[in-house]
Amino acid sequence: MINYILRRLLYMLVVLFVVAGITFILMHSVPGGPFDKEKKLPPEIQANKEKYYHLDDPLPVQFFSYLFRVAIPRITNTPPTLQTDDDYLISVKVGKSWFRWMNFGPSYASRNRTVNDIFREQLPVSFQLGVIALGIAIAIGMPLGILSALNHNRWPDYVSMGVAIFGVSVPTIVLGPLLVWFFGVLLQWLPPTGWGAKPPFVLGLFPDSLGWEYFKYAVLPAFVLGFGSSAVIARLTRASMLQVIREDYIRTARAKGLHERLVVMRHAFRNALIPVVTILGPLFAALVTGTFVTELVFGIPGLGKYFVTSISNRDYPVIMGTILLYAVFLVVSNLLVDILYAVLDPRIRYN
Amino acid sequence: MTAETTTPSSVAEGPIPGKAPGKSRSLWQEAMLRLVRNRAALTGGIIIILLMLTALFADLIAPYSFEKQSLLNANAVPDWVTRVFPALKAYAVINNDYLIGVDKLGRDLFSRIVYGTRVSLAVAFIGPLISLIIGVLYGSISGFFGGRVDNLMMRVVDVLYAFPGLLFIILLMAFFRTTLAQPEEGTFAYYLGQLDKQFGGLLFIMIGIGLTGWETQARLTRGQVLSVREKDYIEAARAIGASNSRIMFQHILPNILGPLIVLETLSIPGYIYTEAFLSFIGLGVNPPTPSWGSMIADGSRALRAYPNQALFPAFALALTMFAFNFLGDGLRDALEPRLRGTQEK
Repeated sequence: MINYILRRLLYMLVVLFVVAGITFILMHSVPGGPFDKEKKLPPEIQANKEKYYHLDDPLPVQFFSYLFRVAIPRITNTPPTLQTDDDYLISVKVGKSWFRWMNFGPSYASRNRTVNDIFREQLPVSFQLGVIALGIAIAIGMPLGILSALNHNRWPDYVSMGVAIFGVSVPTIVLGPLLVWFFGVLLQWLPPTGWGAKPPFVLGLFPDSLGWEYFKYAVLPAFVLGFGSSAVIARLTRASMLQVIREDYIRTARAKGLHERLVVMRHAFRNALIPVVTILGPLFAALVTGTFVTELVFGIPGLGKYFVTSISNRDYPVIMGTILLYAVFLVVSNLLVDILYAVLDPRIRYN
Repeated sequence: MTAETTTPSSVAEGPIPGKAPGKSRSLWQEAMLRLVRNRAALTGGIIIILLMLTALFADLIAPYSFEKQSLLNANAVPDWVTRVFPALKAYAVINNDYLIGVDKLGRDLFSRIVYGTRVSLAVAFIGPLISLIIGVLYGSISGFFGGRVDNLMMRVVDVLYAFPGLLFIILLMAFFRTTLAQPEEGTFAYYLGQLDKQFGGLLFIMIGIGLTGWETQARLTRGQVLSVREKDYIEAARAIGASNSRIMFQHILPNILGPLIVLETLSIPGYIYTEAFLSFIGLGVNPPTPSWGSMIADGSRALRAYPNQALFPAFALALTMFAFNFLGDGLRDALEPRLRGTQEK
């Protein structure tokens, strides 16, 4: 198992390297640079700015020095400064020297913010939204799926699948404004925009208090985000349950007089869970980083807007940072899913 | 690395979703029958046909042009809308010439929704076609040749999977829009740019969607090919000396088509949504080409004052996605062999 995880981690590094390479090539092949404005800067100033950010280096040099700064930890004796190119995500003092790792570089669009600042202040908001949404998706999706599989081709099946189809058919840009209008504007039960937690976050990711003051901001966006995904989970749970429920061991379990609830939960559901777990990995990554429509509709200060504006601004470090972040989320959650497999299904052994 | 080196080990690799046993043509008719008997799928199909007719005859159906402005009537609403939303009575311009109202630039909402059908349906049909062609070609080459080719090709797909799809499309759009914006006359890029202008900016969206959506299709195709490749009738075809391409297109492809069609139909709502989303954030079709996504974006900015401007295009988008989802679900029930036994009661 350890061997398997190590091999997967190595493979992850290769994937991340390729993703970084493709992104780098693609974003530099888009014409225009970060300092090309409608009103042209004087050429000397433009050249100076580009020199300051090392944009005048050859592209391979830029690429590898970026990777070097991000991936290779460095140990120095000089304390960290407030320079935007000296901001490391992990910066620990060990004895006299500093252990510093992951410098994602400055954001060209701002004079004093770095990509790491975005990770510290905006990413946690998107992360919290994604986690709550995933919880809602599972809480709605799995019971619906089980319900419709147990009542196959009867009315609870039709109702559940109707809800599921509603979930995939009514996209965020439709459901979001509708709910904002209904609960935020018409009834004024919930705040239409904003988020209930501010940096600094506990452990860099979590809000410091979890009361109604926090959740009243999260209810609508997390529901909108989670509802669409709950449909995916519901359909998959249903299909997988339908298959499992016809297996011989279910008949055996029933034949020996086991309580129906035990048959469903322990024998059927646990086995039906495996395909469902597969989807949770990519779903989680997509929910955490791909929340930008929801954030746009609900005015949530998350990572979302940086996704889009960084590309139109040619803000190279932010583009690289956000895409790599997504890729890391995806490969890590896929790895976790594969490990979960082995827990759920004792037949699966990684050697 | 010839086609004959079919190692069983490569079969065990990776997930093989939905094994498809060989079907004959008569089973296709049976599937068709099952589809028509499915009421939800039938409803979806009828709605899609109606939408297609709407797109085709948009010029006849729409009472106004989609771009012509009548600024005097900006934000006007018909009488019945004020009855649904009484708050509007206080400030809205009432004009009963318009069926569901006018947007803030004085353009008829209904006409724009009707013309917007064209954009959504074009994406719904051409986007999947591109991703189907790329995905099936890629997946079948990978599955058919197996071994090292397969391994390499699937690793490429794995890497592409780690890309955030929407970001990739946005990056591609930025690339297309700037590189092909002012190319020299006579070059390929120039003609592509001109073509895109003719389509109102839709061409690049469809290419972008097609280029980012094929990985799932490729994986499924590969799995299907791997499972069919070992069948006796393929062995028989090979024994009588059929060429690789003949085996691929005459013997394998027709037998694995069902699940591929199901997957593609079920991903159509996703494609429609991608276009609407791109237009929603302003990276989609060029104005004034009407897209439901951009109409929802404009409308939701005036949500408090004129809810009708967002609600109607939102309804149109949701209806279309419902229709394709119903049809896709029906197709899956009709074609997916795994669930076949569960359909007959």
